[in-house]
Parts: sequence; C-alpha cells; structure tokens
Amino acid sequence: MKFGVVRFPGSNCDTDAYHAVVDALGEEAVYLWHKDHDLQDVDIVILPGGFAYGDYLRAGAIARFSPIMTDVIAHAKRGGVVLAICNGFQVACEAGLLPGALMRNAGLQYICEPVRLRVETTDSLFSSNYTAGQIVRFPIAHGEGRYTADEATLDELEARNRVVFRYHGVNPNGSARDIAGIVNETGNVLGIMPHPERVVDSIVGSTDGLAMFSSLLARVPA
Amino acid sequence: MTRYRVSVEIKPREGILDPQGKAVGDALHTLGFAGVQDVHVGRYVVVDTDSPNENNARESVHAMCKKLLANPVIEDFAITRVETL
Repeated sequence: MKFGVVRFPGSNCDTDAYHAVVDALGEEAVYLWHKDHDLQDVDIVILPGGFAYGDYLRAGAIARFSPIMTDVIAHAKRGGVVLAICNGFQVACEAGLLPGALMRNAGLQYICEPVRLRVETTDSLFSSNYTAGQIVRFPIAHGEGRYTADEATLDELEARNRVVFRYHGVNPNGSARDIAGIVNETGNVLGIMPHPERVVDSIVGSTDGLAMFSSLLARVPA
Repeated sequence: MTRYRVSVEIKPREGILDPQGKAVGDALHTLGFAGVQDVHVGRYVVVDTDSPNENNARESVHAMCKKLLANPVIEDFAITRVETL
C-alpha cells in the first residue's frame, strides 16, 4: 500500500504522518509537493495537519487552490481514499470534499491536549479495526476545530452513519453534535480534527491511532 | 480599462455562534459600555482591480467572494464601497 503525504507551505504534521505509515504501519509513503500535479500512483492521500499558507484568510482557504488539490479532488471523485487530519480536514472542507466548515473554537483558545473519542461506527474504511463504541485517546492541537454545518447536513450525516468519531465526555471546541470526524457520502474521505498519526508509538503513551491506519490496510485494495 | 478599488465586508453568518464577537462584547461591557447588545468580528478586504466598467468590477469581486474570499457555509459578504482610482 502506497501513501502520499501532501506538503503545503506551513504543513507541520507531514513527518508524523509519514512516520506513522512507514515506521509504525510498515508501508510505503512518499511526500507530495503541493505545486506538483503528480500523485505518484499512491493509493491513499493524507492531507496532514499544520497551518497551510499560515491559515491566511481562513484555515485551508488558500491551500484548497494549490495545484495538487486538483489531483487530490480527482482521486477522491474516482473513489480514492483521502485521510484529512486537522488542517487537512479544514482544507478538505474548503475544497468541497466534505460538507460543512471548521470555525474558531467556542472557547477561543488554541487547545493542545489529549481528548477522548468514541468510535461511532466500524462500518468505515477508516475504523473497521476498532470496536463499535470503543473509547480512544487522540491528541488535539487546533484553534479552529468547531465543526459546523446546517441542521439538514448534520441530520444527513447522522442518518447515513457518517459521523465516525465523536468527542466523548468533554467536547473541547464546541463542535456541532460533538463531531470529531466525518466521512463523505461515498465513505472514501475522512476528515478528523484529532491526530491519529501522533499516537502510533507506545513510547508516547498510546497507540490508539494505529488501528485507523491498519483499517485502511485491511479494507483498501492496493 | 479603469482601476477600481472595491471594498468587501465579510462577517460570520447570522445565527452562527461567533465566540470572538461575544468575547469582544463582554469586554466592552466590562469597560462600562452598558448599551452594547451584540458584536460581530469579521474581515474587511480591499481589492484593486482593472475592469472595463464599475459593474464589471463589482461582478468580478462578487465572484472572488464566492470562490475564495468568503466561505458561504459560515459567512455573509457585502460589497460596501467602489471607488475609481
């Protein structure tokens, strides 16, 4: 399985994502430069965390028009898998790969801490190796993570089982319906604010993120 | 071609929680401005653009807002001023 990690100017979780794929999962990964128009035949695209283009205008607004995004969008439309983490989630929403938007945290502060999430469904490419209702601990690190969408969209997400991860216990950013991670209509794009790629080594206290990567390995045809 | 300076006001969509506006409103109350009912914090973008006429300049900036400058899911925008440079 070949993963491609997109690098925008300002990405800062690209190396973590690469490390998770190569060192923890034992699969191949390449970096994809945002100015290129070449996905290098990867099976899975990762839009990593960071502050692409300094979050100028709105988080993700400018990155969304980077040349590589044309190819990422085409990949997603073909059913290709995209894992959009944190700033990547913001980019994916701006690009229309996922509905809704991510707004300033309700408490206004940037929050960097571990949070608890509930796995809402295991019927997803990204969560089949978890158990339904499992509580996992991922770190968050964001100032604009409050997922927002109109009521009709939120109802649709719930009705179609597209909320894959929900904050458990404490909702750190005030997101609608405690949403932490959602998939698109066809289930091949996941946007998630917390960072699974930062919890793949026992040395950092948790390997809860690893099952997301291994789920992909199990379910995505190479 | 004429050069126009088009000003755009972008603000959080009505009804969407605006914690920044609320924090500023609370601070104003603390400072004694008791009459303050509501505050919203948005962005003000000024675009200088060459267009054949004013209408065209407006339309062009409107398109820029829809495509990039504003996010229609969470923000409203309005062209507040057009000047000839």
